[in-house]
Formats: sequence, structure tokens, C-alpha cells
Amino acid sequence: MTDRPLLQLALVLLPLSLVSVGGGQAVLADIQRQVVGLHGWISEAEFVDLFALSRLAPGPGSLIVSLIGWKVAGWSGALVATLALFGPSSLLFYGLTRWRSARAGHRWVRALEAGLAPISAGLVTATCFVLLSSAQGGVLAWIVALAATMALMSRRVGPYLLLVAGALVFLAFA
Amino acid sequence: MVETRESGSHPADPLAGASGLLRLFAAFAKIGSTSFGGGIAGWMMHDFVEKRRWISEADLLTGLALAQAFPGMNVVNLSIWIGWRLRRGPGVIAAVAGLTAPSFLLVIALYELFQKTAGLPAAHLAIAGVGAAAIGLSLDMAIRATRRAATDLFSGGMIVAVFVAVFVFRLPVVTVVAVAAPIGVAVAYLRTEADRP
Repeated sequence: MTDRPLLQLALVLLPLSLVSVGGGQAVLADIQRQVVGLHGWISEAEFVDLFALSRLAPGPGSLIVSLIGWKVAGWSGALVATLALFGPSSLLFYGLTRWRSARAGHRWVRALEAGLAPISAGLVTATCFVLLSSAQGGVLAWIVALAATMALMSRRVGPYLLLVAGALVFLAFA
Repeated sequence: MVETRESGSHPADPLAGASGLLRLFAAFAKIGSTSFGGGIAGWMMHDFVEKRRWISEADLLTGLALAQAFPGMNVVNLSIWIGWRLRRGPGVIAAVAGLTAPSFLLVIALYELFQKTAGLPAAHLAIAGVGAAAIGLSLDMAIRATRRAATDLFSGGMIVAVFVAVFVFRLPVVTVVAVAAPIGVAVAYLRTEADRP
């Protein structure tokens, strides 16, 4: 395989990395548009499958790009795609972390953190609700998620147990 | 007010030396390879704040807020933040590599596996149940973040506005952040006192 698809893959994902404010889902639609529509590397149905798998597999959900790269060009494709999406934003955030670390206590830093905290809280909460409203299992998904939340807040149950319990509840009742 | 302490959350540094870096890598790798269904920030809260006490809840939530407001995958950014807090540059590399490398290999392995065993309904159901429970991890995180951020009427209003914009109106997160972040930071700036010496 020539390195043309690798280059194209990188050119698609590198710019998206720098506009992925809010996380990978922010650029997912554009990734889909480009890899399915524009370049035709994978089909619409395959994209949906890869999306589902990357959400359920451990690790960052954005590893869907690794799978896309894998389908396009094997190991080298998976590596290039992952580095292209994760690299630029990571360098930027590393710079921000260093910048912030050198200026702890400054007015702008305090304002940045105080100003962003409520937005973050709203985003995390909304994301949970968005996921739950489209989750497989309907009401059962809500019940399992809320029960897991309460169990966690009691501080007596760890995440592993909860994931196993969630699987068992679905197998028994769904 | 928001804490801006740079260290002090780990008095007797449990991560000193090269073995510390390896432990850091292993801790992130464990999360990266077992967090079925997502909810990774919640895993980090449970593991790094509650269990290992490597970092404070306030520190982690501040990192999460920055991670979401800037480009990049939230959990990768959060790993950079935690890695830096614990072991500076080498910590960042250990954290990001730990989170992404094993899960990168796993997702490809799972894909190949599913290609061969497509259509196992029981496995499918079990996975959906795991996914629902994993959302519980994120909800726990959401409650902590909300509790800490809702300090007054303005902050409370901001939380509700962002929630409604994203969940009810399904506006793109990028748009919501682009509008809300400048307002939130500007208001916070006007409310904070001048630089401390």
C-alpha cells in the first residue's frame, strides 16, 4: 500500500484535532463526513459499527479513529490516525498546563478556572443525559445508571463491581 | 474561592523515582484497559482521588474543566493534567501512554474478535448493561462537579443554561463553549481580586 492514504488520513484528522473543543464527539460528525462521504474509506454502516465498538471498548471513545485507520491501512493507518487526532490538541493542552502551572494564583488563571467550572459541570451532566436518552435498554438503562451513581456515592462499592452488576441486570431483565 | 495550590496534596510523595513513573503508567494503563463502556474521568476520580489519594478532588475537577474547554479528547487532556501535577513532563508521557497504548491495542483486538463472532446477542446485552453502569460513573462525577461549581446564583444559572443548551436543545458543544466560556471567564475575572503577590 502506498503512503498516499496515510497522508490523506493525517490531513483529515490533524486540523480536526485543534477544533475538538468539548471532546472527540465534537468532531465525530465531521470525521464521518470525510471518511465515509468524501473519501469513501468505509461505509456508513461500518462507521456506525466502529462507533459502537469504540464507545463500549475500554479507553477513550475517540479511539474510533484508530479503527478507521486500521481499516484504511492496517497498523500504520491506526497509528497515524491516532497520533493525528490526539497529537496537536495534546501539545496545546500540555502548553496550557505548563503555562497555568507557572502562574498559579494569578488573577487570569483564577478567573479561567472559576469561569469554566460551571460550564464543565453543565457539560458533564448534559452528556450523561444525552447518552442515557439514547442508551439501549430504555428505562432499564436509567435505573442501572442511577443505582450505580448512588452506589458510588455511598463510597462502599467500586466501579468493577458496578460494571459486572450492570451486565447481569441487563442479562436478567432486558 | 478556587484553590490554586500547586502541590501539597501528596505530602510523602508516593511517586518518587523511576518506579513511581512506572506506577503512574500502570495506574493509567489499568484504567485504559478496563474502563469498559466509558466514564473514564469517573474512574480517575475513583482511583486517583478516592483510592490512591494522589490528587485532590478540586484539582481533578479544575483539570476536567480546562480539558473540556480546550481542544482535545477530554480524558487525554485530563491525563496530561494529572501527569503534569504528579511528575511534570515525564509524568505526562507516562499518563498519556498508559491511557492510550493498551486501549489502542485492545480496541483493535476487539474489532478483529467481533468480526469473527458477530451477532452474539448475550454479549451484546451484557455490554449494554456495562455501558449503562459506566454512565453512573460519569453521573457521580457530574454531581461532584455541580456541587463544587454552584457557588452562587450566576454559577448555578450557568450550569443550568449549559445543560439545557446541550441536552434539551442539542446544540453542538463547540458552540456552547464558544458562547459560554468568554462570558463565564469575564464575569469570574471581574469578581476575582487583583493578583496576589
